[in-house]
Amino acid sequence: MTARILFSNVRLLDPATGLDQPGRLLVEDGVIAGLDLPDGTSPEGVETIDGSGAVLCPGLVDMRVALGEPGYEYRETVAQAAEAASAGGVTTVGVLPNNMPAIDDPALVRLLRARGDETGRLTILPYGAVTRGCRGEEMAELGLLREAGAVAFTDGTRAVADARTMRMALSYARAFGAMVVQHPEDPSLARGGVATEGELATRLGLPGIPAAAEAVLIARDLRLAQLTGGALHIAHVSTAEGQALIARAKADGIRVTCDTAPPYLDLNETAIGDFRTYAKLSPPLRPEADRLAVCAALADGTIDAIGSDHQPCDADDKRLPFAQAMAGGVGLATLLGVVLAQVHGGGLGLLRAIEMLTIAPARLLGSPAGRLAPGAPADLCLFDLERAWKVSAGQLPGRAQNTPFDGRALEGRVLGTWKAGRRVFG
Amino acid sequence: MADGFFAAGGGRHLLGLQGMHPTRIEPFLDLAESYVLLNRSRKTQRDLLRGRTLINLFFEDSTRTRTSFELAGKRLGADVINMTVSTSSVNKGETLLDTAATLNAMRTDLLVVRHAQSGAPALLAQKVDASVINAGDGTHEHPTQALLDALTIRRRCGRLGGLTVAICGDVAHSRVARSNIHLLTAMGSQVRVVGPPTLMPAEVERMGVTVHHDMEGGLAGVDVVMMLRLQRERMTGGLVPSAREYFRFFGLDATRLALAKPGALVMHPGPMNRGVEIDSQVADDPVQSVIQEQVEMGVAVRMAVLDRLSRAQMN
Repeated sequence: MTARILFSNVRLLDPATGLDQPGRLLVEDGVIAGLDLPDGTSPEGVETIDGSGAVLCPGLVDMRVALGEPGYEYRETVAQAAEAASAGGVTTVGVLPNNMPAIDDPALVRLLRARGDETGRLTILPYGAVTRGCRGEEMAELGLLREAGAVAFTDGTRAVADARTMRMALSYARAFGAMVVQHPEDPSLARGGVATEGELATRLGLPGIPAAAEAVLIARDLRLAQLTGGALHIAHVSTAEGQALIARAKADGIRVTCDTAPPYLDLNETAIGDFRTYAKLSPPLRPEADRLAVCAALADGTIDAIGSDHQPCDADDKRLPFAQAMAGGVGLATLLGVVLAQVHGGGLGLLRAIEMLTIAPARLLGSPAGRLAPGAPADLCLFDLERAWKVSAGQLPGRAQNTPFDGRALEGRVLGTWKAGRRVFG
Repeated sequence: MADGFFAAGGGRHLLGLQGMHPTRIEPFLDLAESYVLLNRSRKTQRDLLRGRTLINLFFEDSTRTRTSFELAGKRLGADVINMTVSTSSVNKGETLLDTAATLNAMRTDLLVVRHAQSGAPALLAQKVDASVINAGDGTHEHPTQALLDALTIRRRCGRLGGLTVAICGDVAHSRVARSNIHLLTAMGSQVRVVGPPTLMPAEVERMGVTVHHDMEGGLAGVDVVMMLRLQRERMTGGLVPSAREYFRFFGLDATRLALAKPGALVMHPGPMNRGVEIDSQVADDPVQSVIQEQVEMGVAVRMAVLDRLSRAQMN
């Protein structure tokens, strides 16, 4: 007996083809069987889901997620992260390698992929470490990692600081057709800092990181990308200067792409308030002028994709004086809602917004996900563009609760998520 | 951002002076002044804090501030306990909140906190029922120091507004400088910060001060010269090349002091590095140096703080 689901009365949205129209979608045996069936056609023996005009789009592809596994299971296990992902409409994640141990061995890449598959609700696309142990010294076995299924290379939340190491990585990774993803912050300029240098950090007495720490590393790496012909991807761009450098490099034909994360679109440094450690991120939140520049770069196409930069922290990682608290915020469950705030604000079209959460990151990672194509696995996200809700730390799905958006009212909520045709949320 | 006490509406903690309400300063200093007189008369033991427990929770060594709070508490009749937590055992920050929970269970009334991390007293204040008094947190604030400086200035100059005050030295790492900037600018005085660019915090001018990188320009015509301590670890490596170079360009000696107004006050929060930021001749000048008077005012100001906070608790 074939399992069939018919989504009716939905607004079909598929940025891969530019589709945005009311219609229906049929799923058979976990695979998309047909789109835009003419009205009146009613296949027999189907479960019908009436979307009441809600948007049906590909399951979201979140290209930047840190997991607690392996090594930090007390922060969040794969199963708990998968629960948060499903609630956020996310069905595929790119996972950072700087865990304990670092994902610098082919067996670990396979392990992570398998851990994702075990959940039945999440595809894990592991990044391989650029350097052994993500220590920034000797190059990891990029070829073997790639063969095992690593989608790209990065040292995760650690920048590859050494210029020669970065040059070699960009150069060598070319042979395996994968990009090198950089955390754009010069570690020596950032040393000891916990907030963007400026009036706010000065008033709070917090050691500052100059915003230029981003531009310094981006400028260097762009030059190295040019030198090597390698594919460079700059993660979570957060400054006006950083995005401007990338825009110019793109115009010059350098192989560079970049993403940003919702906090840099939606929050500025004042979210720190009186030492709120949930707003301690890496890179740190920026002044309003930088936030506006990032929004503009999103609108003008300089920024290629949006990743949540999900970083689970335990309560004890955050209940510390600001400078000692761990940096990072959870983002899986709020990814769509915060990006839709840009749509509601008029800064971004809906199709383009969903593109940056589906097909754009999927292409960067060489994944077939993120499409509503007949024959593709039925990874789907059904969301109500208007439904209002409020982010509340303590009430989020998954384990970790360290959201920088605590208290933020959002419009746009996931109603249901399907992984290979199986309902995993809603 | 303002925390109680000097903020509109008052409150039960003293965490900092940013955002304070300037009209609350003069009456507070009047109260502190009354404690100066009481202390000098030696009839100081009062019943105000009888039965109350004050804990000095110091995560950083500071003999003088701790002693000052201890005296202030004892002179008001409180039971005072000193806890100095060794810095090595607080690297695991859980200790901070564990300590808070413990002190809370002991029903502490007043908690005086010194910590190397900016914001640590604010974090504690969220977790305890006691009134928290910030006795210096990282490079953030040191409100009682600024209040005692204000009392000293007001006694000598007769007012807190309309003065020009130079704060000199390692402004970047100084909580004393920040609290003084908040207080003095709110009271209508002009504040200059003087020091090498590497010891200036970013965008400090947005706190309402003017920045000078040479002592000659910075001290010209000022009413008050406030020197800051240069921590030993800042003298080598990166920020300034050496102690002798620092003294050559940013130390206070008689020649430089002569650029200030005649009779200008010389202040220092202590402890001093003689020959690094200040010359002994200036530090010990019987007329212009008010460094010892600052110490005396410290006890009176802290008595006034304990007085106000304990009354706020009763309400």
